[in-house]
Amino acid sequence: MARFDPNDDSVVVIIGSGAGGGTLANELCQKGLKVVLLEAGKRQSSATFRNDEWFAFNQLAWLDKRTASGSWRVAKDFPNLPAWTCKTVGGTTVHWAGASLRLQEHEFKARTAYSNITGANLLDWPLTLAELEPYYAKAEDKMGVTRTNDIPGLPGNNNFKVMYNGATRAGYKTVHTGRMAINSRPRDDRSACWQLGFCFQGCKSGAKWSTLYTEIPKAEATGKLDLRPESQALQIQHDANGKATGVLYADKDGKRVVQKARIVCVACNSIETARLLLNSNSSTFPHGLANSSGQVGKNYMRHTTGSVYATFKKPVHMYRGTVMAGIIADEAELNTKRGFTGGFEMETISLGLPFAAAFLNPGAWGRDYTRLLDQFNNMAGMWIVGEDMPQETNAVTLHPTEKDQYGLPIPDVHYDDHPNDMAMRNYAFKRGAAVYDAVGAIQTIEVPPYPSTHNLGTCRMTENPRDGVCNKWGQTHDLKNLFISDGSQFTTSAAENPTLTIVTLAIRQADYIAGESMKRNL
Amino acid sequence: MKMKRREFLQKSAIVVAGAAAVASGVAVVGYAGPWTAGLKTLNAHEGETLLRMARQIFPHDRLDDAHYAKVVQDLDTEAATKPDLAKLLHDGLAKLDADAHGKFISLSGDDQIAALKQVDETPFFQKVRSTEIVSLYNNHEVWKRLGYPGASYQLGGYLHHGFNDLNWLPDPPASASPKPM
Repeated sequence: MARFDPNDDSVVVIIGSGAGGGTLANELCQKGLKVVLLEAGKRQSSATFRNDEWFAFNQLAWLDKRTASGSWRVAKDFPNLPAWTCKTVGGTTVHWAGASLRLQEHEFKARTAYSNITGANLLDWPLTLAELEPYYAKAEDKMGVTRTNDIPGLPGNNNFKVMYNGATRAGYKTVHTGRMAINSRPRDDRSACWQLGFCFQGCKSGAKWSTLYTEIPKAEATGKLDLRPESQALQIQHDANGKATGVLYADKDGKRVVQKARIVCVACNSIETARLLLNSNSSTFPHGLANSSGQVGKNYMRHTTGSVYATFKKPVHMYRGTVMAGIIADEAELNTKRGFTGGFEMETISLGLPFAAAFLNPGAWGRDYTRLLDQFNNMAGMWIVGEDMPQETNAVTLHPTEKDQYGLPIPDVHYDDHPNDMAMRNYAFKRGAAVYDAVGAIQTIEVPPYPSTHNLGTCRMTENPRDGVCNKWGQTHDLKNLFISDGSQFTTSAAENPTLTIVTLAIRQADYIAGESMKRNL
Repeated sequence: MKMKRREFLQKSAIVVAGAAAVASGVAVVGYAGPWTAGLKTLNAHEGETLLRMARQIFPHDRLDDAHYAKVVQDLDTEAATKPDLAKLLHDGLAKLDADAHGKFISLSGDDQIAALKQVDETPFFQKVRSTEIVSLYNNHEVWKRLGYPGASYQLGGYLHHGFNDLNWLPDPPASASPKPM
């Protein structure tokens, strides 16, 4: 592994080692660029992961204080945990479920396809599905996505059997074990899935793709990567000409270090990416870096989510095997006859007993609730994930008074459901219940959203610099050597789990950065 | 070596109650004095009241009082270093008795529930509930009683241990769900 001098201003500094940053680091290293990869969290491994929900939460989750505001239920249930993201090498690719779906063509043209929806700040993406397709193919191959590249689907578990039978009886047609970045057979020096049932806790079999044990070691092998765990970025610095010059960070001992840079790429997940840019304000950029549009932190999206669980007479043991073991894709299409625009996916989900107790009905107590938990082994579950509407007032902002351990303002995450989001969720709850009723559910329960795992849009890519923060390459409109490299770039949220698209954009961004560097434009 | 009273109680309990007490760290009622003797912040009556409250918040017939005593212990331990929490607990428990015009624990089960409904928006109740949800449901002994096996890594996962053993519905076709490799 390389070690670069803090004064070496020929390096690319990438902040965040997850789906965006970890992938970008490897792609750039493979092309011969020198990369310093700053990661706030520690480096774990399949050996240090544990099949234990609370232990893993404390080991992997981003636990620095945040506040939640707005009318969304998460603000009431989890006022200091608006999002469930990670602080660890590999970022959220350590705890993600693995669902890897391409966005649909019309979803890149949300403004055009959905027309003008009151209160929604919709725009078309500045790129098309056709432009992304070659990169989607590279990402699917890199990640080993099942049902692509002749990789077979995963075998369905009990939770999927319930979903499949219910869905087909309810009339759904596209129901299968999904496109998953989880090995169904050994590939890329990683084993096939052991059906551990602890995808969210870090995959101990290594079957699930994570930058932690794919991109990052591959980048290290090039001799071009200087990975610095436990290094919390505090500020991106710039010169008088409006070029980013380096990153101030706190190392594991709290010591302040400035790493100089030729190019800076921000991939801290949407909340921290926006916070870092806002906290990097200066006399030249008083409202934060790359924020001439005023859109940094705005248009925060988190997907319209919810879950439906059902209890049955006979055992299911939903917690056995892949957490996201299958999908119903029929509702993802564009079909405004349902009373809302945009689509949603239904994907199996399971929780262990500790998280089931904490999340099935936050705040509930008493016999009615424990009667449900007593049925834990006879329970099946699905997660709803659908497109939510971007709204300018849904925003990551700097808290006016509260500071973190480094003396910097903590983020507040404000979210109000759009009427379209509520109509979609209510419809999806009913459809999910219909699936389980079709196979004899005793009881179905509608579970409100968990803290956000899909955090999107706070530095969105736009054609016009007035409307957003970066262009179609993730390059900020204001500083040409500053890039956004994570889900913050998303112009709209689409219905699909975002990781595949984040990886795809990172591969494409690496080509652009390398190309522009060759042409001496960067 | 002089053994601290609490350690002694725990060790005695291990002999009596076996694995249950080992896993939950609870000094079990009925041997070597009352379980509340190990509390640092709460007195015996407060401990008993809090245990009854914890049981009413998440009642499971399959669980013993010892499992709920672990919740009391965790709150008591945390309160030992947090005076604000100690006050919150002392005051909240006193109010339960005051509202009961006597002892909360002497009320019928239904009346205990009714009394808790009157306070379930208070910081006191919320603190007890939020501590209990982790303390109770992250207890491996509770997992066993409620039928949750926890970690599967030591089995090699569920691949050969029933991940697809559900037999009360037909198997999906291989196109939707391929056979395991």
